[in-house]
Amino acid sequence: MKNHKTLSCDIAIVGAGPAGLAAARAASVSQRSIAVIDDNPLPGGQIWRDGPQVSQLAMAKDYRRVLSLPTVRYLPGTRIVASLAAGALLLEDAQTSYRLDYEQLILCCGAQELLLPFPGWTLPGVTGAGALQALIKSGASVAGERVLIAGSGPLLLASAATARAAGALVSGVYEQTDRYQLINFGVGLLRWPGKLAQAFKLFSTRYRWRSHVIEAMGDRRLEAVRIRQGDAEAVIACDRLACGFGLVPNTVLAQHLGCSLEDNAVAVDRYQQTSQTGIYAAGECTGVGGSELALVEGEVAGLAATGKVEQAQALFTHRAYWQRFARHVKEHFGLRPEIRRLARVDTLICRCEDVALSVLAEEQGWNAAKLQSRCGMGACQGRICGSIARELFGWSLPEPRVPLVPARIETLMACSEKDMS
Amino acid sequence: MITVYLDGQPLVMGEGLTVAAMLTLSESSIARLSCTGQPRAPFCGMGICQECRVTIDGRRQLACQTLCQEGMHVERTV
Amino acid sequence: MSLQARTAAADVVIVGAGIMGAMCAYELASRGLSILVIDNGTGGATGAGMGHLVVMDDNPAELALSRYSIALWNTLRKRLPEACAYRNCGTLWLAANDEECGLAEAKQARLVEYGAQSEWISASALRQLEPMLRPDLAGALKVFDDGILYAPATARWLLHQQDGRITVQEGDVTRVEGNRLCLSEGGWLTAPAILLANGLGAFRLLPDVPLRPKKGHLLITDRYPACINHQLVELGYAASAHADDGTSVAFNVQPRPTGQLLIGSSRQFDTLDKRVEFDVLGRMLMRAQDYLPGLGELNAIRGWTGFRVATPDGLPLLGQHPDQPGLWLALGHEGLGVTTASGSARLIAAQLLGEAPPFDPAPFRTERFVGVASHTPGAAA
Repeated sequence: MKNHKTLSCDIAIVGAGPAGLAAARAASVSQRSIAVIDDNPLPGGQIWRDGPQVSQLAMAKDYRRVLSLPTVRYLPGTRIVASLAAGALLLEDAQTSYRLDYEQLILCCGAQELLLPFPGWTLPGVTGAGALQALIKSGASVAGERVLIAGSGPLLLASAATARAAGALVSGVYEQTDRYQLINFGVGLLRWPGKLAQAFKLFSTRYRWRSHVIEAMGDRRLEAVRIRQGDAEAVIACDRLACGFGLVPNTVLAQHLGCSLEDNAVAVDRYQQTSQTGIYAAGECTGVGGSELALVEGEVAGLAATGKVEQAQALFTHRAYWQRFARHVKEHFGLRPEIRRLARVDTLICRCEDVALSVLAEEQGWNAAKLQSRCGMGACQGRICGSIARELFGWSLPEPRVPLVPARIETLMACSEKDMS
Repeated sequence: MITVYLDGQPLVMGEGLTVAAMLTLSESSIARLSCTGQPRAPFCGMGICQECRVTIDGRRQLACQTLCQEGMHVERTV
Repeated sequence: MSLQARTAAADVVIVGAGIMGAMCAYELASRGLSILVIDNGTGGATGAGMGHLVVMDDNPAELALSRYSIALWNTLRKRLPEACAYRNCGTLWLAANDEECGLAEAKQARLVEYGAQSEWISASALRQLEPMLRPDLAGALKVFDDGILYAPATARWLLHQQDGRITVQEGDVTRVEGNRLCLSEGGWLTAPAILLANGLGAFRLLPDVPLRPKKGHLLITDRYPACINHQLVELGYAASAHADDGTSVAFNVQPRPTGQLLIGSSRQFDTLDKRVEFDVLGRMLMRAQDYLPGLGELNAIRGWTGFRVATPDGLPLLGQHPDQPGLWLALGHEGLGVTTASGSARLIAAQLLGEAPPFDPAPFRTERFVGVASHTPGAAA
């Protein structure tokens, strides 16, 4: 079939963010052949996302160099459609489909934002918090726009800083967690001086705690946001609302490969190996913890996958230091119960199939909801509404279905060729 | 500078923008109409939510994970 | 009152809340009986299948049952709410060459005998009607009364009719003996009649019933502006559907009311592995693209598998178990369960209540394959 190729490598790495780049760099020393697959058109993942409005950190540039090594094949803009068999992935980019045969696999799939529903959250102008940052880095124009940032977690300040640097007027950053938790969080940061300095740098006088979005308002586009701050409510006119409630690990590919999960993240041993032999995982798909942790986990995975056990062991202490930081963040940005009650009966939960809360509330679990209401039956395959249902109703995440992402039928057809069977 | 055609209308811009970013330069940043006719724009920004799927050179693709190229034709999904 | 102490749980206890169990419940409750439906929530062919209401004519019994069933659906369809997504889109049986034109002609003749209306569509008319099809097809037979519906929502709707005479309970049935059954939570339920309508689940309860799973793959696309207007099936489909062995694929595509295309079909024997097999999926899609050349460019959003449950002669088992009084079977509808649910339920109700059967029940007798008599040489129908 034209537009179909077969590739092979010793080590396949999924994701070109900090964990994936660190894994590739550590593994590249072995001179084994490496393939790095990333769905973004440019490397760096979310935190080191490149684009026309980005001046890239020296460290990010340095890590990226691994992608131009002769032993490394970098596949940008490439999505993983399915696992065809043990040791074989089906991929596609905008033009071509690939079968990639590998010996070992390192999953560095990162995290996605927890995007919880509130009235008006589907209006154009409303995005995730990290999403706004990503859009600006990719060249979106926000100069002169009135921007509100809301939700939870350290990402809010980073997003505000990016928006401000791009010329937006950030009129407020609304964090749901309370003052007590924030002070404890800040004091706790003394153990990670680099992070404390970062927090100071990003801190904004517009930062508000114990505050959250009540609703986004507008006719076919965002015009204003109703905010609750402590016990008071206010309506604030704005052009954009960036709202995210922290991050959740991306586990779809790992689940599809049969890797066990623990606490909604990919379970790994101390060498970053998953429950499946030969499949490693590193970075935020194994638990949200920031880029420093992702880097060291990626390095451990890259070393372990190439048999450099002692070198990997030497990193365990450093990794533990950043694992403690991850726990510290998690402990202080837990969601307050009212955040899970923002959606009204008519608020859409499934944005693909436009399924409202009232319809879902009648169902007993994910499978029944899916069959009866079409929730999660759309193009995102429940990636957004599945996380919501877990938060709101305690339902378990949907089983991944193939194709893992929308894929051309042509790509799926390529599998029937002799060499694919 | 490159030229991209959005619903047939030429848009001139610098290089390196994603199609999702390009949409913000247009009159309306809408990527598609939902199945009940609601306007939707790029939302998650990182290839998860599928809100920004548009037709790029004849194929349905994600605006947030596609870089604009000279002469590219982008049609909103309506 | 504990379950053990219960005497009669209902007039009829039905195992399985899929389309077959739901339709049987609906039918029996319409005659005033109280019905308890027990389902283990694992889902079966109802959720996995296409929901194509189609007259099939591979043998007279199948034709009689499916034609009668379609007529029943036609009276019911006006009452179905929009969630059931019923559409009277008709089926186009596609003829690729002269030989298949002959097949179409023979098919039309058989359908006429049973009152199913159809019309020959010429090659040029077909190009007008379905421009996405490859242009060199020889024509098609359009069967008018065929349609599509969304079976999971329809099953649920059926279970909510009949003024509360139907109760649905989640539970796992571990044993059946005549007119009583055992639930995994413990305790036996007894009723004047117990009906098994749990498809694949019947394997575990009645190991001597010769039911064979036939695995199928389906794939659905993203929403696109209307591409096709009828259920499109190749005339060679019947050959694939009735193959006894090996893996086969056939072109069978349905336009969903959402603008999605639902693409089938494949058949594999003697596997219960639920995973999508890319080799089979790929072959199925190549076959589909052979008919719809533009298909490869469309995005698929989900693929899945399901199991049709088939008897050795391809006809369902409808009636009382020959050796276990009080135990009734509505099993083995293979790929035609949604279509024939209405007719099968009517036949079960007629037999259970001693009414005149709506059509000849002989080809569906359980004695064909079930019970002591069926195992003695020459006894099977």
